[in-house]
Amino acid sequence: MKFGIIIFPGTWSDRDCYYALSDILKQKAEYIWHKETDLSAYDCVILPGGFSYGDYLRPGAIARFSPVMSALERFASRGKLVIGICNGFQVLCESGLLPGLLLRNNHLEYRCQWTHLKTENTSTPFTSQCRNGQVLKIPISHYEGSYYAEDATLEELENDKRIIFRYSTPAGRIDEPANPNGSLRNIAGIINKKGNVLGMMPHPERACEPLLGSSDGNIIWESIIAGI
Amino acid sequence: MPVSKEILDEVALSEEEYQLIVERLGREPTEVELGMFGSLWSEHCGYKHSKALLKQLPSKSKRVLVKPGEENAGVVDIGDGLVLVMKIESHNHPSAIEPYQGAATGVGGIVRDIFTMGARPIALMNSLRFGPLTDPHNRYLFGGVVGGIAGYGNCLGIPDVGGEIYFADCYSDNPLVNAFCLGIARADKLVKARAYGEGNLLMLVGADTGRDGLHGASGLASRTFEEERELRSAVQVGNPFLEKLLIEACLSLAETDWIAGMQDLGAAGLTSSAVESASRGGGGIEIDVLKVPRREKGMTPYEVMLSESQERMLVVVKKGYEGKVKALFDRWELRSDIIGRVTGDGIARIREGKKMVAEAPVSLFTSSPVYRRRVKKPEWLNKLQEFDVTSVPDLVRKNANSTLLRLLASPNIASKRCIYRQYDHQVGDNSVVLPGSDAAVLRIKGTKKAISLTTDGNARYCYVNPYLGGIIAVAEAARNLACSGAQPLALTNCLNFGNPEKDDVYYQLKECIAGMARACRELKIPVISGNVSLYNETKGEAIYPTPVVGMVGLIEDVAKHCTSGFNNEGDLVFLLGDSQTVDSSIGSSEYLELIHGTTKGNPYLDLEMEIRLQHCCLEAIGRGLIRSAHDCSDGGLGVALVESCLANGLGFISDDWQPEGRLDAALFGEAQSRIIVSVAPKFVWKLESLAARHHIAATKLGIVGGKRLILKGYINSSLKQLGEAWRDGLERLL
Repeated sequence: MKFGIIIFPGTWSDRDCYYALSDILKQKAEYIWHKETDLSAYDCVILPGGFSYGDYLRPGAIARFSPVMSALERFASRGKLVIGICNGFQVLCESGLLPGLLLRNNHLEYRCQWTHLKTENTSTPFTSQCRNGQVLKIPISHYEGSYYAEDATLEELENDKRIIFRYSTPAGRIDEPANPNGSLRNIAGIINKKGNVLGMMPHPERACEPLLGSSDGNIIWESIIAGI
Repeated sequence: MPVSKEILDEVALSEEEYQLIVERLGREPTEVELGMFGSLWSEHCGYKHSKALLKQLPSKSKRVLVKPGEENAGVVDIGDGLVLVMKIESHNHPSAIEPYQGAATGVGGIVRDIFTMGARPIALMNSLRFGPLTDPHNRYLFGGVVGGIAGYGNCLGIPDVGGEIYFADCYSDNPLVNAFCLGIARADKLVKARAYGEGNLLMLVGADTGRDGLHGASGLASRTFEEERELRSAVQVGNPFLEKLLIEACLSLAETDWIAGMQDLGAAGLTSSAVESASRGGGGIEIDVLKVPRREKGMTPYEVMLSESQERMLVVVKKGYEGKVKALFDRWELRSDIIGRVTGDGIARIREGKKMVAEAPVSLFTSSPVYRRRVKKPEWLNKLQEFDVTSVPDLVRKNANSTLLRLLASPNIASKRCIYRQYDHQVGDNSVVLPGSDAAVLRIKGTKKAISLTTDGNARYCYVNPYLGGIIAVAEAARNLACSGAQPLALTNCLNFGNPEKDDVYYQLKECIAGMARACRELKIPVISGNVSLYNETKGEAIYPTPVVGMVGLIEDVAKHCTSGFNNEGDLVFLLGDSQTVDSSIGSSEYLELIHGTTKGNPYLDLEMEIRLQHCCLEAIGRGLIRSAHDCSDGGLGVALVESCLANGLGFISDDWQPEGRLDAALFGEAQSRIIVSVAPKFVWKLESLAARHHIAATKLGIVGGKRLILKGYINSSLKQLGEAWRDGLERLL
């Protein structure tokens, strides 16, 4: 299988994703310039974190018009796997591949810190290797990560079990102090209706080795690898 | 003379300096030449007051590849074909006027210094000083500076892994913002900032040139200023997105053989960039200002040459490769224009179309006068140093606990978490030890190695004793690295002082550099780069003399790095170093200032013991004998014990601790050369014999365990209570 990592001007998690996949998990991975229009060579495409186009206007608002995004829509519609991390999640919401949007953190500050994520649904291609309710230690780094959607959308996400990760305590309790940014219902990651597009604010590529404080992020990559 | 005092003031040249220019040129300078001389002869670019003193600093070691002044930043070899490139630089004056943009562009400037050399920036740090946060203006400056560092740095994808923040009255109108950047490169891919090769082309890349930042070097950074608002236009506005594109494009370019050199545009803009790279390359340059893309109409050649618009690079393209280089920049949607060429005659020529607006030898521009002055020790300094600390009433036993809590909540000691969590400190997948420990640790991918980084500089010590303060700044940075298990490799320094034309300030500068030079020699740590920021004063009052040391060390095996927190219940806790309480060690301490409202009395350091202590600590870590190491610094033993407890939520108990002299000195004195270590009981005898071999006292303090910090009879607090004081101390002032 082959991973593709999209680079927009201003992306910066591309190298970390490449490192986690290629050096740690020994997978084939390639960078994809945002002007590419053919993604047929890949099994899973990653929209990494960063500040695409400087986050000018709104995070993801300009990147969604890059040529690669129409190719990505076709790629996703064929059921191929897409994972958007941080800025990538914002791009997916802006482009309509995922519902809702990411607002400024409720405390109006950038936050870089470790968070704990409770896995809410393990029957997805991104979480198949997680235990039921497993808590993953994965860090965040964002200014606009407060997930927002209208009530009807939130209910639909709940009913369809499309909320994949919620911010929790290390023991898995979902409460207000565990929420680092004011996300509604502590939402950290969701998938689309079809179940093949995941968006999440935390950075699994940063939790790839015990030396760096956690290797829990690898479970997400391993789930993807196991499913293909 | 034909030039008025007002015009000379604008370019910050004295009448004597003007006469020197006329004499050397053999004629009156043109308007553009005068502006160029003003910038290049400014303290910021020309180091005219500090150059003679800086020569004392040792800059050699087997690992040093590039020394201060040779390139944009210093370079050290770490083996495996890899080198580290690092520098620290001030952006104090812009930050005083416009804190957000001042700090943001400070980050932008130091990052350009690193990637200009073909090195990928992998770590940022900041050393900040502000006036007390009880003052609303200081809160405004603080919020702006932290916001600017976060806003700019986070966008670049470079982790901000550490730094320091101190508060004192003297910084109220003149905050210090020192930005540090470290990059890594393959030794064979380093790019030089040299314009050489007659006929090679000068290409300007990145942002268009505007009127922002005129006179940044000669005005803001090289003079005191009272009407700061008048100089607002001298502050630049940053665009971190553009900088990120420049990083990636220039690092790609560094992999090719299409260029002869690369130089960023910083202070004094195109003037210093072009003239300094020509000076290093040994040739001349010719520039047509009409070829420079502008942000606005009607700019004069003078404005184009002195603009400090950010995010611009000057690339020296080998003739014939301009198409390839342009295509590379086009891919990143970066504007690039050929604005001139390298010549062979050593002359800097600036044209506006056909009209010559400046024409003078490169060597004239770069040979600023060097001032040496003889000054005496100021009388007030003697008084500060002779202060008898025993005239201060000692701490009474029943107040020990509450005094500890007060110290923990002091913004100088309290946790800086509310700041560093706003900076991305993990991007890059290298951050092994995150902010909050003695030093940050980053592993080097593809090797077993890691590097350790710290910034240090206690200005209170330098205020009372500039020589000893200079020694301590270097010694403490090295000690912090030793606590992480790293052998110091090199340092970069930023010297923040007042107006050097005043005798007292010049004395401080001279003594402080002499102290740093001595510590560097004895600890065998070369100085590879640095920056001088003088004229830090407002309304006539100088800041504390504030040397900031940024130091990097090498850990051969990352698995052996050490952290500051207790991490195993039942481990024994030892103090390595001075076991005798030195009563005078409350001199210039945080305790003396916070509790008794005074900053007097010499700090205390025994440099020979310091060296033995650091060797001992490094060997103990290298042999795996100890589980944690944390040095006693601000707040002394008491605060250091709390920090070691809070790191992992493990308590500490001592049943028989007794002060030998004064209680305040024993608990909160800041005698240097002391490290608290925790050790498994089975290794105690090994640690003791190691310490004895290094002639270092190893004094048992107590045992790790429980959820309280207990020095029986003196201190007894729950970690919860200590943690609240320490964690909230800074945050509740914001």
